Amino acid sequence: MGGYVLTADNPITGALAEHGVAMGGYHIGIHRPSGSTGGSGVAAARPHGEGRMAVITRGFGGRRRDNTDLPPGQYRTDDFPVLSAGPTPRIGLDEWELAVVTETGGRSTWSWPEFTALPTDEATVDIHCVTRWSKFDTSWRGVSVDTLLADVETAAEYVVAHSYGGYTTNFPLEDLLDGQAWVAYEFDGEPLAPVHGGPARLLVPHLYFWKSAKWLRALELRLDDQPGFWETAGYHNYGDPWREQRHWAD
Amino acid sequence: MARAAALGRLTWQPATVAAARVEAATARTLVLDVDGWTGHVPGQHVDVRLTAPDGYTAYRSYSISSAPVPGRLEVTVQAVADGEVSPYLVDVAEPGDQFEIRGPLGGWFVRRPDDPRPALLIGGGSGVAPLMSMVRAATNPSRLLYSVRSPSDALFTAELATTAAAADGRVAVTHVYTRVAPAGWPDPPRRLDTDALARVVWPRDADAVAFVCGPTGFVETAADLLVDIGHDPANIRTERFGPTGG
Repeated sequence: MGGYVLTADNPITGALAEHGVAMGGYHIGIHRPSGSTGGSGVAAARPHGEGRMAVITRGFGGRRRDNTDLPPGQYRTDDFPVLSAGPTPRIGLDEWELAVVTETGGRSTWSWPEFTALPTDEATVDIHCVTRWSKFDTSWRGVSVDTLLADVETAAEYVVAHSYGGYTTNFPLEDLLDGQAWVAYEFDGEPLAPVHGGPARLLVPHLYFWKSAKWLRALELRLDDQPGFWETAGYHNYGDPWREQRHWAD
Repeated sequence: MARAAALGRLTWQPATVAAARVEAATARTLVLDVDGWTGHVPGQHVDVRLTAPDGYTAYRSYSISSAPVPGRLEVTVQAVADGEVSPYLVDVAEPGDQFEIRGPLGGWFVRRPDDPRPALLIGGGSGVAPLMSMVRAATNPSRLLYSVRSPSDALFTAELATTAAAADGRVAVTHVYTRVAPAGWPDPPRRLDTDALARVVWPRDADAVAFVCGPTGFVETAADLLVDIGHDPANIRTERFGPTGG
């Protein structure tokens, strides 16, 4: 990792060292031009769902596919479905800005030309939507959140992502660090379409995809956790697909 | 955001098919009996789990189309050509058959009975299903704009005609036919456009809330048009049905 300026008493530093072994659960192939680091397919024990009830559905056979790498309760699709809570915001690149705001009010911003001049990663990842579809081997280009936070001084433990249009979603900061999260602006080699979150969206593939906020506008570093849009509307605060954390009570 | 989102029981519960109604060539409503079901908020959905004899399971989410009542709910399902769950629900399930459901789910695309605002409900294809729950439970003025390919694809036709003709005038219903219009229909078949929306949109000072549900392209178009004609984006709620909903 490196590059972070963390205060000496920052409680996340201990947790960071565990990444790469603790992360497992999604397979990810990161192709960094610099060759600086790369994820590997970490096999993880996958917890079983809750105990099964004995309700067999007469006349249902099902169409089995290769469900390796599929979290519990998900099915595989080759489409790229769209989910959002409201209209798609249209943001001109000349007015677009990305900000990182710290708990003390410190603010770093990037215009579109500044943002796209940053080093990028290519990430090929599986994505898992809480509406039960999973899409394998999606291909993105974006700026690692590590890069955006490299010169940021913070004691924050949590992050709220803010989107154009008002959407929010929350994370423990450690979930966005160490090669786990990007601000992506290309999908399949093309500029990211507005309907999929363009100009730029967060990409956090190890959590349910509502956490990968579309139309990203700012990352707000916080000392306390603040549930976002879906997290206050009944969806799980953390959203790990491998533990099937869909709703509050999961 | 209301923290008091209506949350369903998150355990899987057996649902028994009580009746099935054909709604269109490839769409059917299943009436489900569920012990202990306490009702739902119009707009909510349920997760459905089917289990094959060898233990293989498949899951999908379906909107509830009925008005809230204890012990019973209805889902209206359009068969997806290469789907796994929807063809079973549309073509195979019979009264007495059982599968499992979990819910009701969803705290955003909902119209609460105590919400005094008038509503504009815009449905595309089978996306009309959760809006039908809102229509059936409506206690406040509602306008439904239903975009559908042809009269034979349209769901809930007879009931919507009766609802629209009701003396209280509570619910207004407008159809837009995109491929084939009924004989004598005043407009040629066309996609949803500004003209059609302008006929049903509430005045700006009405503080109306819009619910838009359908395939992605439809929802994108309808929501964009609403914003273009001045509807507050913050009062537009969307839900999308895609071919992967099968």
